[in-house]
Amino acid sequence: MAAVRIPPTLRAEVGGSRELEARGDTVGDVIDDLVQRYPALGAQLMQDGELASFVNVYLAGEDVRMRDGLDTPVGEGDHLILLPAMAGGV
Amino acid sequence: MRLAAVAPSLLDLVGSTPLVELQRLSPKPTVRIVAKLEGQNPTGSIKDRVARAMIDAAEESGELTPGRGLLEPTSGNTGISLALVARLRGYPLTCVVPANVTEERRRLLRLYGAELVDSPPEEGSNGAVRLALELAERDPSLFMPFQYANDANPRAHYEGTGTEIATALERIDVLVAGLGTGGTLMGAGDRLRESFPDVVIAAAEPLPGDEVMGLRSLADGYVPPILDVSKLDRKLLVTNAESVAGLRLLLEREGIFGGVSSGAVIHAALRLANELDEGVVVCVLADGGWKYLSAKFWDTDDVEGAMERSVWW
Repeated sequence: MAAVRIPPTLRAEVGGSRELEARGDTVGDVIDDLVQRYPALGAQLMQDGELASFVNVYLAGEDVRMRDGLDTPVGEGDHLILLPAMAGGV
Repeated sequence: MRLAAVAPSLLDLVGSTPLVELQRLSPKPTVRIVAKLEGQNPTGSIKDRVARAMIDAAEESGELTPGRGLLEPTSGNTGISLALVARLRGYPLTCVVPANVTEERRRLLRLYGAELVDSPPEEGSNGAVRLALELAERDPSLFMPFQYANDANPRAHYEGTGTEIATALERIDVLVAGLGTGGTLMGAGDRLRESFPDVVIAAAEPLPGDEVMGLRSLADGYVPPILDVSKLDRKLLVTNAESVAGLRLLLEREGIFGGVSSGAVIHAALRLANELDEGVVVCVLADGGWKYLSAKFWDTDDVEGAMERSVWW
């Protein structure tokens, strides 16, 4: 089981939860598990089988796009964070 | 006796910032951490480079002509830098600012001569970008440098920041900078790769508080056009509490008073330095802590609580 932090923008789709437990050996499997339980998440997170461009997924604080994307392995008790891409720059 | 140089204008003092060794912060003697002190630019941040470069480019291309007004979405530093350049070159400037940025930044913007337009605080920087784009469309007489999509932004870091770093050091293994527009990471990253092909370009990225992430769909997210994420080798998320811990450490160990993003960069740099057996990690510290003095996070145990409602970088 991994813990997945849900951003405020997606909490309505998951009944208001801030964090959910999900199963999977890879980031893709964990997202599949969430989408099966909360189908409305699918359209928000995925685009043609890939992570949607405005969605960032972090595993242990690192963007999974810099690792193996959806194939990045997930360990027991790992923490994932879903976030919208945000402009910054001060 | 040779006389010291006198700069013809403050704008001639942008860039050529000092590099300093962070010996007391390095986790092991075989790993050097070197910081580039961008807070030493004329208005106190790295954005002086970007503002000067964007205005120079627009004047050279003929797009910016005397008397035209400037408009820019900015939560502070870029606006202050643009306000300096605009004042010296004679352009009026309007900044679109999230309503919840610190009072120092609002006051500084006004003192430097900018007019402020507030964007909804809960939409963060994305909201400022959206509102500025709307205003620019409504009034074509305004010129918007728009740091998020202006090639002069990364170019200033290619020619300035990156070149200054690459020519000062014989070895560089990792470059760490804060991710905002992506200008520093793209421009300095490209330049460093030319001299050090195996350099790791690492972004420190803020984990925004729930309050500023907005309540709309993920499709309202924004990826700056100048940012090519595939050019980043690492992208590390840093919480507000970790950033503040980083800037406290920087102050206690090295006497450097950095801003919030500098704290995040230090946090990320220490993580990456720990992964190395030996090497050189260069950190770009974008501004000093002065503009954050009124913030509540200095004197509380609940750092996240004190920071979740504001935009920090």
